[in-house]
Amino acid sequence: MDINPLKVFHPSSAKRNGMWLRVLSLGLGLVCWQITSIFSGVEVFILPPPLKVWSRFLVAAQDGSLFRDIGVTFSEVVLGLIVGVTFATILGYSVAKSRALEQVLSPYLVASQAIPVVAIAPLLVLWFGYGMFSKVLICALIVFFPVLINTIVGIRAVPQAFYDLMKSLRASRKQILMKVEIPAALPIFLGGLRIGATLSVIGAVVGELIGSKYGLGNLINRARVGYDMPMVYVAVFMLIFLALGLYGIVARIEKKLLRWQETFERLNV
Amino acid sequence: MYFAVKNMNTKPILTVKNLSVVFPDNNGGLHALDDISFEVFPRDFICFLGPSGSGKTTLLRILANLLPPTTGQLNFIHNQHPQIGMVFQQSNLMPWRTVMDNIKLPLELENMDESTARIKAQEMIELVGLNGFEDSWPRDLSGGMAQRVAIARALIHDPDLLLLDEPFGSLDAITRERMWTELSRIWQAKQKTVIMVTHSINESLFLADRVLVLTQRPGKIKFDLKVDLPRPRNDDIRYTPHFGKLARKLRETIE
Ligand SMILES: Nc1ncnc2c1ncn2[C@@H]1O[C@H](COP(=O)(O)OP(=O)(O)O)[C@@H](O)[C@H]1O
Ligand SMILES: [Mg+2]
Repeated sequence: MDINPLKVFHPSSAKRNGMWLRVLSLGLGLVCWQITSIFSGVEVFILPPPLKVWSRFLVAAQDGSLFRDIGVTFSEVVLGLIVGVTFATILGYSVAKSRALEQVLSPYLVASQAIPVVAIAPLLVLWFGYGMFSKVLICALIVFFPVLINTIVGIRAVPQAFYDLMKSLRASRKQILMKVEIPAALPIFLGGLRIGATLSVIGAVVGELIGSKYGLGNLINRARVGYDMPMVYVAVFMLIFLALGLYGIVARIEKKLLRWQETFERLNV
Repeated sequence: MYFAVKNMNTKPILTVKNLSVVFPDNNGGLHALDDISFEVFPRDFICFLGPSGSGKTTLLRILANLLPPTTGQLNFIHNQHPQIGMVFQQSNLMPWRTVMDNIKLPLELENMDESTARIKAQEMIELVGLNGFEDSWPRDLSGGMAQRVAIARALIHDPDLLLLDEPFGSLDAITRERMWTELSRIWQAKQKTVIMVTHSINESLFLADRVLVLTQRPGKIKFDLKVDLPRPRNDDIRYTPHFGKLARKLRETIE
């Protein structure tokens, strides 16, 4: 028999191969970008090569202004997430438990879903000013809906049999919440949080583009006005990393809390 | 044995009188149970035998205080609802808890301290023969193993009354018969009062002291059979003439 050790499937080596492929793919992408911007005839001003973006990043990183903007955007995103998730979870749980409350609130919930937060962002900035508060509000609003819906769906999906079990054991409301409802709803809830985390970044940038003092959205505006295209790209990349980082954190939490699910492998980001 | 041991002065721990259940629906209500009366004595193993839809689950839900009866009474000894251990048709394990953590759930709810709870859970794990699976997730268990976990969970807090809702209904025939022997042995060791519902004649005869036959909807007690088979029971008993005679009697009342 032909036993070739290289053919033996090994999960961890498959993972490592996957990572190399990803690095290779990214590297190739950068090379293509560099070649395109040099040879395509497109103005360097419009499409600066990656090396130029990189050196612009180094300069901005050294004078510290970049990190101030990152810090502001990051704070808005995280604060917005916290506020939005808190309200959405509490309201979602109440709605899931009370049909009456659902009836009362459903017109507003449907309406709030229909309003594109991005479209009312200018109003919010007008009302609440150029500071961080208006951005936190936009983030919270944009995060609110997916988390609300997923909380409702998650709690409603708790099987009746678990309630029967807990009641036959004379469990208290609090015990049912802690030992059944939260763990049972967690997978769906965290799915909502993952969507919310990326949406929150969008919310912050939109708010900053409309009117702000600091932040990556503000940086994009400043750089654009100053014809500093490489800096625009730097800011865009920082936003990408911010969104990816948050997504990664939520995915990590999921992986840790949902060890009991076979499907946690799919979150391999 | 059942008749010899029973002291005529023993009080029933549960008396059910003229119990009926009607679920509201669009045409005058759905009659699930009709005029059910019976008594349960300590350490009885009582089995309700009936086709699906005869209200077996409904009856257990009432006994477990999950559902109020429409009419009729339910009197427990000392007038207080007993501690219940329940096994459901589907094992009903929490997928986010390991075998160990599922079994010790009832103790957690009583706020027992963690180390005592673990020791007790370990004893139960040994009783149901799951050594080595303490840290397994429910998704990795076979149907039979999952029901063993469910039985351990139902017994760990030393309940006054054990309610079993077709606990082996979802298992294959071979595993199911093995689980009868297991449950019989566990019952022998723990001497619990058990009320079980099933649609299997052999299962009810093998396990119970008394079989109450329910009619098709609405469930009504049609027949009350004392199972005078000796204990402890093992597989062979199912091939004795007496077992066959009792089984025929049950089959005739059902048809
Ligand atoms: N909560 C409920 N609401 C309405 N009808 C019910 C409810 N629970 C059970 N039933 C009905 O009562 C009858 C008896 O059900 P069940 O007790 O589950 O029977 P079994 O367990 O013997 O199969 C069935 O017709 C079922 O549809
Ligand atoms: Mg049933």
